[in-house]
Amino acid sequence: MASFVRFTLDGRACLAEEGAQLVAAAKECGVYIPTLCNYPGIPPKGACRICTVLVNGIPQTACTTKVVEDMAVVTRTPELEEFRKAVVEILFAEGNHLCPSCERSGNCELQALAYRYRVTVPHFPYLFPKRDVEAWHPKLVKDHNRCIQCKRCIRGIHNAEGKAIFAFGKRGDKVVINIDPETSKNISDELAQRAMDICPVGAILRKGKGFDTPIGRRKYDHQPIGSEVQA
Amino acid sequence: MSPKAAKTRKIIATTSLAGCFGCHMSLLDIDERLFDLIELVEFNKSPFDDIKTFTRECDIGLVEGGCCNDENVHVLTEFRKHCKTLVAFGECALMGGLPALRNTIPLRECLEEAYLHGPTVAGRNPQGLIPSDPDIPKILNRVYPCHEVVKIDYFLPGCPPSADLIWDALVALVTGQELEPQYRTFKFD
Ligand code: SF4
Ligand code: SF4
Ligand code: FES
Repeated sequence: MASFVRFTLDGRACLAEEGAQLVAAAKECGVYIPTLCNYPGIPPKGACRICTVLVNGIPQTACTTKVVEDMAVVTRTPELEEFRKAVVEILFAEGNHLCPSCERSGNCELQALAYRYRVTVPHFPYLFPKRDVEAWHPKLVKDHNRCIQCKRCIRGIHNAEGKAIFAFGKRGDKVVINIDPETSKNISDELAQRAMDICPVGAILRKGKGFDTPIGRRKYDHQPIGSEVQA
Repeated sequence: MSPKAAKTRKIIATTSLAGCFGCHMSLLDIDERLFDLIELVEFNKSPFDDIKTFTRECDIGLVEGGCCNDENVHVLTEFRKHCKTLVAFGECALMGGLPALRNTIPLRECLEEAYLHGPTVAGRNPQGLIPSDPDIPKILNRVYPCHEVVKIDYFLPGCPPSADLIWDALVALVTGQELEPQYRTFKFD
């Protein structure tokens, strides 16, 4: 039998399985911690920082933190909420996010977080970087304008032989997440769909797919992201 | 309308810069609330009444579209000068929108594509002319969101912003209430 540990979440006494990931444990206890680069079932990376909470008073990313006995976790303070909003704003300013023409609009985690935090214009200047759209792959489209470099695709998507389909190239602000033309060539439609779904934004699309859910029926049209866990 | 109401009506101006007039159409989409609107506000410079230059100082300015040429900058600066509260509405005003698709392409390339190489012009402009008449607004190196040109007081997102969001915002501005936008009206598309 799994052993349980006691900890507190925003002052409330909670229980979690020993070694549980803090994001998942908080969800079990009805507390929403926003995430972007985290994806259930694949190893956490701690890349985007939006899940930052206070663990015993110290800021820490909840996706890479395991719950231990007596841990005191604070998930919401005005400062943390401001910080999260700033993370979203930075991601909008440093890519080219033209939501009105994006296949992912309404189902996009980044956009949904912007709705949740009521982002209108970022406090940072738009960079309008020059980025490419790779539409020549047989099964997938890679729109670098929208990539937030969360690397969920690199960690989560492998072809039938277990080889990674996505890899990153270059460094710093030039980082790009590329599709390997070889390993991606013959992937099934199901895997292509999984790649599209694992991407939190509209940076990976299935060739010929998109705009298939009418406005009003998309995931985040009516309820803020995370509201299924906590209002 | 009673003369008293007329005296207290807020004065509003609107303009479309590098936009498609979709935001203005969305304002008209408030349907029968238009009757309430004209009780609340009086339009000054606006495409709705075709008043071309400010004839008085305004309480509220609504700006659609970003700045893609020097005329847009001029109009926006005039709006800032004459409107106490300036509201940018719509994605183009907030972040450049679709016109800003050109922001990653050098201006020369854009003009050459438009006048020399594009599929509808290729071979039809043997002298290779790119218009540059003093009467034509000068195109800027890129499209600028409004808040990068003048101070903007409030932002209404959406492409276009929903009629309900525009209505809620106008009522809030006219009555001096704080606007807490409803989730279903706060959208980027
Ligand atoms: S990826 Fe998301 S945030 Fe970016 S343009 Fe598409 S819908 Fe908007
Ligand atoms: S393509 Fe999508 S999943 Fe991959 S790093 Fe970019 S945003 Fe993340
Ligand atoms: S979700 Fe934890 S750092 Fe991105």
